[in-house]
Amino acid sequence: MSLVEFENVTKEFDGEKVLDGLSFKVEKGEIFCIVGQSGAGKSVTLKHLVRLFVPTSGRVLVDGVDVARASERELWRTRGRIGYLFQSAALLAWMTVADNVALPLRENTALDDAEIEKRTASALAEVELSHAAGKYPPEISGGMQKRAGLARAIVRESDIVLYDEPTSGLDPVTSVTIHRLIRKLNRTRGITSIVVTHDLAGAIAIADRILLIKDGKAAVCLPPAQFLESENPAAKEIVAAMKGDIG
Amino acid sequence: MTVTREPYGGRFAFFAETGFAARLAFAAVLSFPSVFRRRSRGELVRQLYAVCIRTLPVVTVVSLFTGMILALQVGLELRRFNYEIYLGAAVMVSLVREMGPFSCGMCLAACVGSAVAAELAAMKVNDEIAALEIMSISPVRFLAAPRMLALVIASPLLGFFCCVVGTMGGGIVSATQLNVDFGQYIASALSAADTKDLFVGLLKSLVFGFTIGAVAVYEGFGAGYGAAGVGRSTQRSVITGFLLILMFGYMITRVAYR
Repeated sequence: MSLVEFENVTKEFDGEKVLDGLSFKVEKGEIFCIVGQSGAGKSVTLKHLVRLFVPTSGRVLVDGVDVARASERELWRTRGRIGYLFQSAALLAWMTVADNVALPLRENTALDDAEIEKRTASALAEVELSHAAGKYPPEISGGMQKRAGLARAIVRESDIVLYDEPTSGLDPVTSVTIHRLIRKLNRTRGITSIVVTHDLAGAIAIADRILLIKDGKAAVCLPPAQFLESENPAAKEIVAAMKGDIG
Repeated sequence: MTVTREPYGGRFAFFAETGFAARLAFAAVLSFPSVFRRRSRGELVRQLYAVCIRTLPVVTVVSLFTGMILALQVGLELRRFNYEIYLGAAVMVSLVREMGPFSCGMCLAACVGSAVAAELAAMKVNDEIAALEIMSISPVRFLAAPRMLALVIASPLLGFFCCVVGTMGGGIVSATQLNVDFGQYIASALSAADTKDLFVGLLKSLVFGFTIGAVAVYEGFGAGYGAAGVGRSTQRSVITGFLLILMFGYMITRVAYR
């Protein structure tokens, strides 16, 4: 059984279809990138996995749990396995970086303060952000905020991490740093990563498979090398755009 | 309780939203004990500071002038019948029964309710509320409960403070403009001070505080997208807060003094 399954998912907002019978599977330990044009429904897809959206029809399964129909308790348990890096990082502005990272441990576990501090320091070290532990989110750069968000996503030892546009608004060097971290976390912790991105070059660098969403449907879902060679018109279009072919 | 949701639609959306607001308020009340946990107490103190200390200057000025206006209006009428000696009693009764809790409630709705709604709405727009839920941290317990509890605790205290300051304001007007001796005014006021009135006034303040908190939290969590969504939530929070204060004020008066 796949870890994550989308089964014929349709999502409508005010009668307009954003997802139209979307189906795909993500295997355990995989880095799965979802690409597509702006407004294709990439972030909406990701938000279905944690029930920030409920499908109009179809099923979203996380390790066999139908997220949309799960009881409150099942939902909290499923969410407990998932780390989520938001596009905006979504850090709480009145807490330091370290307190933000420690927050899920403080609120959800009975760990003592020393153990929480140790795990927080470890997560911050993993994302190379130990030096900014005492700073507040508005005092650090966008790239550092993303890394802090990532530290918060992994501090609970989640086995699935969802990345919503992890490199948007970042310079190429910082983007590479984020991609390297995604790869590192996948290799060292075995984290299953689902990455929504408009950065095809980045997706090719890190993904085990790439899903292209076009008009709310899965256009192609292939490993990077095959994706680049795909004859699918939507895939050819996005690959050409990446190569800077302006026609 | 999950607060990140899509807005209810259809013909019965109003009832569904009202039901959601009631469930939200109830869930927050159930979470009040958790606010006293060691790791959460700091947030309650921060919220109490925001409610009590930051609104104190506004509450002081509003209640002072409320008392002064009351004394002037009532005093001028009483003077026509040579009943100025009852001015203290009239001001005291008006303030304790109605105007103290009412003006305090209005100040809290405008200063604190709007701030809470705007803060939560901005957090919603920035995905911070969703982030909390995904981390299995209940926004009701983590955000709503300390803010509502701070209002519930602070509102009766500030309501009582309003009555005291308002009575003093009335005393200043009576002494300087109505030629009623300040001591006589205070004696008249104290003679009219009634335990039942005080309890009803404090009950009103408590209900107003809870209502302002519940409305602000509901509007904040339900904010639409973007800066406009934050603005609309803040506006709705103040308007709804004002209206409910008036309605609940009337209902409590009706029940207590029929």
